[in-house]
Amino acid sequence: MTGTPILELRNITKTFPGVVANEDVSFSVGRGEIHALLGENGAGKSTLVKMIYGIQKPDSGEMTFMGEAFAPSKPSEARQKGVGMVFQHFCLFEALTVYENIALGLSAAEAKTGDLRQRIIDVSTTYGLKVDPDRLVGTLSVGERQRIEIVRCLLSEPKLLIMDEPTSVLTPQEVNVLFETLRRLASEGCSILYISHKLEEIRALCSKATVLRGGKLVGSCDPRRETAKSLAEMMIGATLNRPVRDLPEPGEIRLKVQELSMESDEQFGVDLENVTMAVRAGEILGIAGVAGNGQTELMEALIGERPCRFSRQIQLDGADIGQAGPRERRALGMCFAPEERLGHAAVPGMALWENTLLSAGRTNDLARRGLISPTNANRFALRVVDDLKVKTAGVKSAARSLSGGNLQKFIMGREIMQRPKVLIASQPTWGVDAGAAATIHRILLDLAREGAAVVIISQDLDELFTISTRISVIAGGYLFPSQPTGELTVESLGLAMGGRSKEIEAAKRADEAVAEPAHV
Amino acid sequence: MFRLVPRKEPNRAMLYATPFLAVALTIVAGFLLFGALGKDPLHALFLIFLKPLTDFNSLAEMLVKATPLVLIATGLAIGFRAGVWNIGAEGQFTIGAITGGSVALAAYPDGGPLLLPLMAVAGALGGMAWAAIPAFLRTRFNASEILVSLMLVYVATLLLSFLVHGALRDPEGFNFPESRLFQEDAHVPALIPDTRAHIGFLVALFAVAAAYVYLERLILGFQVKVLGQAPRAARFAGYSEKRIVWTCFMISGALAGVAGLFEAAGPVGQLVPSLPVGYGFTAIIVAFLGRLHPVGILFAGLLMALTYIGGETAQIEMSLPSATTSVFQGMLLFFLLATDVLVNFRVARTAKPLATPSGAAPKLKPAE
Repeated sequence: MTGTPILELRNITKTFPGVVANEDVSFSVGRGEIHALLGENGAGKSTLVKMIYGIQKPDSGEMTFMGEAFAPSKPSEARQKGVGMVFQHFCLFEALTVYENIALGLSAAEAKTGDLRQRIIDVSTTYGLKVDPDRLVGTLSVGERQRIEIVRCLLSEPKLLIMDEPTSVLTPQEVNVLFETLRRLASEGCSILYISHKLEEIRALCSKATVLRGGKLVGSCDPRRETAKSLAEMMIGATLNRPVRDLPEPGEIRLKVQELSMESDEQFGVDLENVTMAVRAGEILGIAGVAGNGQTELMEALIGERPCRFSRQIQLDGADIGQAGPRERRALGMCFAPEERLGHAAVPGMALWENTLLSAGRTNDLARRGLISPTNANRFALRVVDDLKVKTAGVKSAARSLSGGNLQKFIMGREIMQRPKVLIASQPTWGVDAGAAATIHRILLDLAREGAAVVIISQDLDELFTISTRISVIAGGYLFPSQPTGELTVESLGLAMGGRSKEIEAAKRADEAVAEPAHV
Repeated sequence: MFRLVPRKEPNRAMLYATPFLAVALTIVAGFLLFGALGKDPLHALFLIFLKPLTDFNSLAEMLVKATPLVLIATGLAIGFRAGVWNIGAEGQFTIGAITGGSVALAAYPDGGPLLLPLMAVAGALGGMAWAAIPAFLRTRFNASEILVSLMLVYVATLLLSFLVHGALRDPEGFNFPESRLFQEDAHVPALIPDTRAHIGFLVALFAVAAAYVYLERLILGFQVKVLGQAPRAARFAGYSEKRIVWTCFMISGALAGVAGLFEAAGPVGQLVPSLPVGYGFTAIIVAFLGRLHPVGILFAGLLMALTYIGGETAQIEMSLPSATTSVFQGMLLFFLLATDVLVNFRVARTAKPLATPSGAAPKLKPAE
């Protein structure tokens, strides 16, 4: 099916001030091929596809598309030639219908050809992408919104479709539907450039993979013939030791949340409904869920940024702390690592050593009687940087100057090194490279082994299956009862994550029927 | 067209250079302005920026003007660091003068060594009480402190006018709307003999030092900075926004109140309706010109005092309009904010419509 390549890149180099994003990258995508672009965060995948889609220009090197020289200077030019792209973050207007959103995204010429509504219906039925043109986008799920973006791309009959981390927002079931669509497109001759760092997906979907590391081409392979481990090692350029979950029998209940309901104070926030959970010493509870289902609100309630209605709604080692503020909870041995690093877990403009004061001030003697001790704070920050191998010019660098993954390592280190009794972390390895993710997982397991109760809120099911002892799902602000990881499958979790209202209702009824919290 | 794109990491050197750059640009613009007015620009600039420095009495006057500016700006800067926009220091200044001055008038004609400290405390409390209004309305009802504090300035000014026309009017003052001249013990002692420079300047220096310690060494000051830079991080750390907002208002109110009292009990010596001359507003410029840093504010306050004195000299000697000083101060703030924007953002051209035909791709250098 391949023959002449549809897209060929030769010696592409792109530098930004201070960093080389791509260096001398050459590869080609065959006709009808599903081609994976694989690499860690910061390996240069995004920059590369932005150049193909005309958002950025290469400093040197050349591209050919369908045998012709290809140097798009803007996305519309790339689209005209037959390149479509589905971004990780959608740009849709919630208050408009599907039809209106699609019409807005097309050029005048594209929009005029034929009856657009009929074409939307045709394309969506042909490829199994169910969308109703007259629904308001605001009422659609994330998966449905992604379909709109794909339909929009397909309307212009692309020869090459670029997909940037398309599955990060989907449930496992939705991922399967997407893969079928992509396979079908490929069988009709449309090439697909698929960007991801989820190795299992790539093994299931792609016939060829190009691996980038530090902006350079490491090699290419047939992912179907590799293992996830060998792919990961190509990506990080080192052997990878996955942490093993060998936790002892759980001990006493350390953290208990009972019937916690809380209305969101954000306009589009999610209200927490009757959240109940218990985590024992030595346990890691994973909370799975699609983004925007109450994770942020749950984290805020656990940190104590918003007090509970009743103090007994959250208990630490049997003591009621539902109305205690973050500082009191920290003093009792809780630590928190929220999802948003810049602006929530860290102050962007402040130095790393200053950022230790946010949460570790008391535990590490960084301030005494209201007086900051720069010496102690610097020493603590240095220890975090050394232990977690944070790449930074020094502890006097501003938090903002660190890459996302490195800042995440710093924040995780700051919390973990306080040796908390209870640690609550949201997306602990989001954007972190595979090597560092393994380190963070190992530290979390160590912490549990030493008797801490750990709660991990994450959208990465691989992560949850690797380290959690039990997993529950949050959907629409409701937390499903947890089950031991061994008894769960990705499919069963996926159904709950989809937030089927019927199941939530059923589970809620079951909850109400049982007077005691059912899943302690 | 052009648009502003945020810079990833603003150049630190430029950040400190902008105040100097703004002064330089103000001088250039002033040069052009005086030229356009048909006055000798060099002479005018000499009178404004250099002449006062050559004269002992002018230097002392600079301290007189710098005292309230530095005091008020130091307090405001702490609030500005926290994102608390107290624009009404002028009002707190006026109320401080009223409450502090009332203590002197109540004791009249008695004195004693405790009188002045008592007046200072009363002045500070008055400023704090006036600042408590916007603080309460913001923390309780989420009302914009910018509007509330600003509008209270006019209330304070009218209150002063009301009092000196009535309750506080000098009984032997032939019905002039003024209070009595304060008794000897109620006068702020001179710092330099035979000039109007008073020990209020030492208090201002002390405030600068205290604010420096507060912001750089105390957890309280750290909380102020966190709230200003990342309010969510402040919530994460468990810092109470309410408490920080109140603290900032109390500090800036107290300093503005004391500044008002020093003005009334110093160079003026009584309560008059024209006591508020805009120090509270100029102090906002001083705070930003000093980079919201106490030491920077000290120098900025002295510079701003220089433009007051120099502006007056230039008005008298070259018969320049009385707005000269205000124009200079306005330009200074304008250029400072403008250069600040350019330090934090860069100007980018938005993509022009494509001129080259799509087939003719620009020649790219082959990579080696």
